[in-house]
Amino acid sequence: MPSLKDLRVRINSVKSTRKITSAMKMVAASKLRRAQTAAEAARPYAERMERILGALAGSLGSQEGAPRMLAGTGSDSVHLVIVATSDRGLCGGFNATIVRNSRQLVNGLLAEGKTVKLMLVGRKGRDQLRRDFGKLFGETFEGLGRRGIEYADAEAIARKVTAMFEAGEFDVATVIYNRFKSAISQEVTRQQLIPFPVPPKKDEVAGEMQAQYEYEPSEEGILNELLPRNLAVQMYRALLENFASEQGARMTAMDNATRNAGDMINGLTIRYNRTRQAQITKELIEIISGAEAL
Amino acid sequence: MAETVEFELVSPAKLLMSEQVEMVVMPGTEGNFASQPRHAPMISTLRPGVIEVYADNKVTERIFVAGGFAEINEERCTVLAEEAMPVEQIDAAGVEARLKAAQQALDDAETPDQAKAAETAMAVAQAMQAAIGGAKAAH
Repeated sequence: MPSLKDLRVRINSVKSTRKITSAMKMVAASKLRRAQTAAEAARPYAERMERILGALAGSLGSQEGAPRMLAGTGSDSVHLVIVATSDRGLCGGFNATIVRNSRQLVNGLLAEGKTVKLMLVGRKGRDQLRRDFGKLFGETFEGLGRRGIEYADAEAIARKVTAMFEAGEFDVATVIYNRFKSAISQEVTRQQLIPFPVPPKKDEVAGEMQAQYEYEPSEEGILNELLPRNLAVQMYRALLENFASEQGARMTAMDNATRNAGDMINGLTIRYNRTRQAQITKELIEIISGAEAL
Repeated sequence: MAETVEFELVSPAKLLMSEQVEMVVMPGTEGNFASQPRHAPMISTLRPGVIEVYADNKVTERIFVAGGFAEINEERCTVLAEEAMPVEQIDAAGVEARLKAAQQALDDAETPDQAKAAETAMAVAQAMQAAIGGAKAAH
């Protein structure tokens, strides 16, 4: 049976924990709002980029001599897996789900006899995957999103990926991140970056429209510039989604933690009061029985 | 009011402009070109330079872009730019610094890739400088 003092100390410590978790929840909520607007603002660029790429790929994609970033290298023996996680913890299952999914993917590829290289974005994923796949690690990126995700961050990653691809270090690149569905639900997503999956044509009319485009300079010239940028844009989008998901996951986790702390405080308070009453009663009995004995 | 095209300027971070305009002149890689209503569909790359928006045969807005892509068709003109800002917001001292940094990077470049990146940065800074010069001359 804990003494009254012990209980008081515990109640106070849970109370201060609750203060911290509820503050973290508020911070995550405001960051989430900002991340969501950023993700929405980035959408028009990605959409238009996709439209232009679709038009170009439709007319050039299947031909000989198409850029390798679009058509692939012709083999798929070396895979580059880009795992996007967060730098900070305390966000529920956010990092664990990404890590679990990456582990599945990597193990699957290894079992097929493929070579796998890993690129890690975020500290948490790196720490959790190091034990199993430390030997496969390539570049790691950290400290993203301290002041929100910037396009320059995504560009730096994309440039690195492009350089590796051009040096022939891998054939297929996939990024794993959490797609933001709502503040309480995120979905682990694998997206293939290289070779770029050509979006299927929507209908015949679109096909006719595409055929009429003039290109300046040549189609290849444009594609060669467009593809690396598209990589950066896709990366940017993945990072934004991931960041929004992280904040959403943290908000939910902290909300739960705050609620649990509240329950615990209630429980402890009841126990504290009961103990106090029992003690008073005991003292009264002692006094009364003492008086009676006289 | 004459016929108009829907002009959109988009950067990765956000939609910068979306309005109806009469004519837009863009710095294409192979020479400047204009987008007017009922222009033939075209996709072109842009070099660093200034986009000029026209209304009533006069320039109403001058926007600097550091390269990008333009998609033009009969009723629409979409520009995808990585970096874009109105010419009057360019800070001369900042451009000077960028020019110096680019020059420095060019001198320090060890690999052809680095040299290429530095040259690109250099071209952007020079185009910025030219854009400010042009704006001053116009006043």
